[in-house]
Amino acid sequence: MAALKNLMGWIDDRLPVTQAYEKHMSKYYAPKNFNFFYIFGVLSMVMLVNQILTGIWLTMSYTPSAEAAFASVEYIMRDVEYGWLIRYMHSTGASAFFVVIYLHMFRGLLYGSYQKPRELVWLFGMAIYLLLMAEAFMGYLLPWGQMSYWGAQVIISLFSAIPVIGPDLAQWVRGDYLISGITLNRFFSLHVIALPLVLVALVVLHLLALHHVGSNNPKGVDIKKHKDENGVPLDGIPFHPFYSVHDLVGIAVFLFVFCSVVFFFPEMGGYFLEKPNFEAANPLKTPEHIAPVWYFTPFYAILRAVTFSLFGLDAKFWGVVAMGGAIAILFVLPWLDRSPVKSMLYKGWISKIFLFVFCISFVVLGVLGVLPSTELRTTIAQIASVVYFAYFILMPWYTRWESTKPVPERV
Amino acid sequence: MKKFFATIALVVLPSLGFAAGGSGVELQHMSVDLHDKSSLQRGLQTFTNYCMGCHEAGYARFERAAVDLGIPANLFEENLLPAGKKIGDLMSNSMDSADGKGWFGAPPPDLTMVARVRGKDWVYSYLQAFYEDESRPWGVNNTVFPNVGMPNVLEALQGVRHLTCAQAPAHDENGKPLFDTLTGDALTEEQCNVVVQKTAGQLTEDEFEQVAYDLTNFLVYMGEPSRLKSESLGLKVLLFIILFGIFAYLLNKEYWKEIH
Repeated sequence: MAALKNLMGWIDDRLPVTQAYEKHMSKYYAPKNFNFFYIFGVLSMVMLVNQILTGIWLTMSYTPSAEAAFASVEYIMRDVEYGWLIRYMHSTGASAFFVVIYLHMFRGLLYGSYQKPRELVWLFGMAIYLLLMAEAFMGYLLPWGQMSYWGAQVIISLFSAIPVIGPDLAQWVRGDYLISGITLNRFFSLHVIALPLVLVALVVLHLLALHHVGSNNPKGVDIKKHKDENGVPLDGIPFHPFYSVHDLVGIAVFLFVFCSVVFFFPEMGGYFLEKPNFEAANPLKTPEHIAPVWYFTPFYAILRAVTFSLFGLDAKFWGVVAMGGAIAILFVLPWLDRSPVKSMLYKGWISKIFLFVFCISFVVLGVLGVLPSTELRTTIAQIASVVYFAYFILMPWYTRWESTKPVPERV
Repeated sequence: MKKFFATIALVVLPSLGFAAGGSGVELQHMSVDLHDKSSLQRGLQTFTNYCMGCHEAGYARFERAAVDLGIPANLFEENLLPAGKKIGDLMSNSMDSADGKGWFGAPPPDLTMVARVRGKDWVYSYLQAFYEDESRPWGVNNTVFPNVGMPNVLEALQGVRHLTCAQAPAHDENGKPLFDTLTGDALTEEQCNVVVQKTAGQLTEDEFEQVAYDLTNFLVYMGEPSRLKSESLGLKVLLFIILFGIFAYLLNKEYWKEIH
């Protein structure tokens, strides 16, 4: 025991291991009133680790070439020991990652976790979300199935809607006149090394920023206002062991659901693995209906909702602008919310209604993005898109006008 | 908060039903039974004898099917393995895809995952849906896959069927069966796309249905051979997670006793 202590001392003199452990675990004081919605941060970490580990093992047997990619995925599914399990953990993990990230972001909206002084925490989080979408999009090309191919074709062709430079830009992204083995290889490279590297760095920044300012809580109370004689917040408890054991329960519940999908219905009715993707990519045969994977569909629906040209630029261009804007506007959220309170518990009814209809419109857009468009569906998508943007654009006004309830001093 | 989620669920769930929709033809339903080894074995036999001349299952291996379906290697090699193939080979054939294109208009597709692409009910219905049509190059057409490029390979077993006009169950425009409001009997109407038997094949109608069932069952197995393992392993994993969850819950309760 003494030897271990000496060793720790030796290391601590050279590298602040104990100090870091205390800062981020045993002496990181988190509010004691976390609820259900506070599990999704740790669950995203679990999913990140799952994706990286299963990804490493998939890379060992995957062949990134247009001729061999599809067959190598089936080789993993059939001939590699437990290859099917690793692959399903990775494919289900992609969807599960987005489920927990969307709920994590919803928690932020609900309790104002982006407000001062947590603006950077939110910005790093948004950067992670953006990269995750790029990561998922590029990963989806790798199995080289019909939907991989045509989904990428549709999304990359969006670049060509940009005036003047568009067509050249799209060709530059593809590296070819159409999606080809060259595109596959560069997406593989970005998917397995470039983006994960940046993702992990951003996750570190997200956590460092969070641990610097401290966690928010469902009531939006600043726990650092009331400290005891040792400088410990009266309403705070050490992250480890209290929240680490707490999170274990949440992780168990989550893994139960996750593994049920992995082992029993990994296709999830065609939403996690789309049926046409069990057929190898064929540049000469367009599938009847091309739909992106469910986690992109809200933005895809916004893209398709724009059906009119403006200022001499066609509808496709404005669709791309609307889709980009729908994601970009999330970045400035901390500066749109002018409310004196953080939590929805103490905001006025206008904020509550806006958040409610925003969530409905997001889900409605998600459903519409899966379906082939009809006149009626386009109209609904247009209404939902307006609601989506109204939530953000009107926020500086309605958060200032409405009367709020007083926030208690303690949790 | 609960109301919030209930409302979202109410708004969203009904619309999800549409997303999974398919083509307009009414398909015959079949329920897969991957534990019925003899059905899978018969399906494999039909597949190697009737399908593999033109189609491949180029992502699957003979040996894997032999092991999973409980067929001893020596029996498999004697009875089911095509000439010139080794048991460890992929289930490919020697037809050139350019030849296939010349003969059928398109190279016969690989069938390894046809049941995952098209769905089990589609395969099951398709196999039974051929009918005589002199306007087509092979003299047959298919109600599930109109103008399909392949002949009815199973015709010797099934016999020849053709389209005629006959009384058939009536449906409203949404595809729901119509019933007589007074008697409750199903309503019928004359339809001219009813497939009926013209000349008998080697098998009776029931026997042929069984052939189609076994072949579909086998194709579902071949689309995802891991399904046999994943469900039994999955149960063990879920049991472990429950056990882990109970201990995690108790540990959490013990720690949080002191927090108020």
